[in-house]
Amino acid sequence: MDMLLGVVVMLVKMAVVLGVALGLAAYMILLERKLLGRFQVRYGPNRVGYFGLLQPLADGLKMLLKEDIIPDGVDRRIFLVAPAVVAGTALAAFAVVPFGDGLTLFGHRVPQVVVDSNVGLLLVLALSSLAVYGLALGAWTSDNKYSLLGGIRGAAQMISYELALGLSLVPVVMHARSLSLSDIVAAQAGLPFALLEPVAFVIFIIGSLAETKRVPFDLPEAENELQAGFHTEYSGMRFALFFVGEYVNMVLLGAVTAIFFLGGWHGPFLPPIVWLALKVLAVPVFLIWTRASLPRLRYDQLMALGWKVLIPLALLNILVTGALLAAGV
Amino acid sequence: MTPLGALFYLLAAVLLGAAVLAATRRNPVHAVCCAVAVFLSAGGLMAVLGAPLPGVLMAVVYAGAIMVLFLFIIMLLGLTAGDGPLPTGRLVVPATLAAATLVALFALIGADPTGARLLPAAMAAPAAVGRVLFDTYWLAVEAVSILLFAALAAALLLGRGRSGGRAQPTGGPAA
Repeated sequence: MDMLLGVVVMLVKMAVVLGVALGLAAYMILLERKLLGRFQVRYGPNRVGYFGLLQPLADGLKMLLKEDIIPDGVDRRIFLVAPAVVAGTALAAFAVVPFGDGLTLFGHRVPQVVVDSNVGLLLVLALSSLAVYGLALGAWTSDNKYSLLGGIRGAAQMISYELALGLSLVPVVMHARSLSLSDIVAAQAGLPFALLEPVAFVIFIIGSLAETKRVPFDLPEAENELQAGFHTEYSGMRFALFFVGEYVNMVLLGAVTAIFFLGGWHGPFLPPIVWLALKVLAVPVFLIWTRASLPRLRYDQLMALGWKVLIPLALLNILVTGALLAAGV
Repeated sequence: MTPLGALFYLLAAVLLGAAVLAATRRNPVHAVCCAVAVFLSAGGLMAVLGAPLPGVLMAVVYAGAIMVLFLFIIMLLGLTAGDGPLPTGRLVVPATLAAATLVALFALIGADPTGARLLPAAMAAPAAVGRVLFDTYWLAVEAVSILLFAALAAALLLGRGRSGGRAQPTGGPAA
């Protein structure tokens, strides 16, 4: 009986997490289009439903009904699977993201996380590094030089910035003394790590901008030189899956930033889940604002920033944190 | 068989199958995909055996970084699939060496009286793995990292060519 109950609870949790993540991602697209419209002094989508609120549904339906074109010369199996890798890895990472301290329902303690893994932080990093395959393989198999160039750029960019991203999280682990996401939030009951480790926070934000391939780091799909980069040859729902992946990633990024640096659901006055939602949404809004404000970097600038600035800075930051912790400050 | 046991044999079968495919594919990208499957199932095996940290590191380091680098090089050089059947002649020496190593490994485990004993199921916490690596075996870890660093420096030196001049950096403001 208890085992059956466990399975039911797990299924419900998975459904809730998937529903919330996909729903947020769909409305993230609307939010981005609305905000970009405002930043450029226009209205943005406002025809489908009140305030354009049904726009994501209309877009989704349109994408599903479009023809799924598979060009000649592509490696069929890889071509079909690549978009799913991008979307799937982003969604899978939500499994280790906690949403609260846990609830007590009908006398049973229910943790508000699908899997409370003691290596949760590394799992998030692993899944984000596996997402590169969707991009690189999709680009390679498209049999198109623009796609290939986009894929090569994407692979190089993501390998480079993953290092800075991973290193920027080391001080967080040093303070929290755990790789579990729940423990990391618990360690920030007093001061959020963004204030304790401002350098790591900035490196993490820049690194994750590059990991999500958004402006100013959107070289893999630089429209004015590569058409659409790695997803040039995709159409219909497979094309949309790359975007599902991108927007789910933005929400995921908001969630992990909130958990690693902004204190998770801790905050005064408001209920914990409201604090978490505010923090999770603040990050995508920041990303959209950045997209509206900055031009695209040149490729050599991107590589120089990653290897010559962020990685040495992150290593130095680890040394300083270690020294301070050892000195007992 | 317990569910974990079933999972172990499933992952082991996937690992072996993917390894054979990785060694026999003529298309380098397909081989890379199979190798990624090998590393992911090896990581899964470690997690099933009660060591999630090495398992997830397998995914981060080997599947997530090193194989991406392989893929990157294949894409950069534009390598394509070879023609004709697999050159089995070339595989004889490495296959013999690998088989000999495997036999030697099993012989060593068999010769050790503690090797045959069934260990109780255990769960290695990340902190415990870290303590063994960086406390008990710190010297070996440091030696390996110095070796890797030397290999890196040597690769850089060889890659710069024999002309003695600075290699042309790729990209640059003029590119």
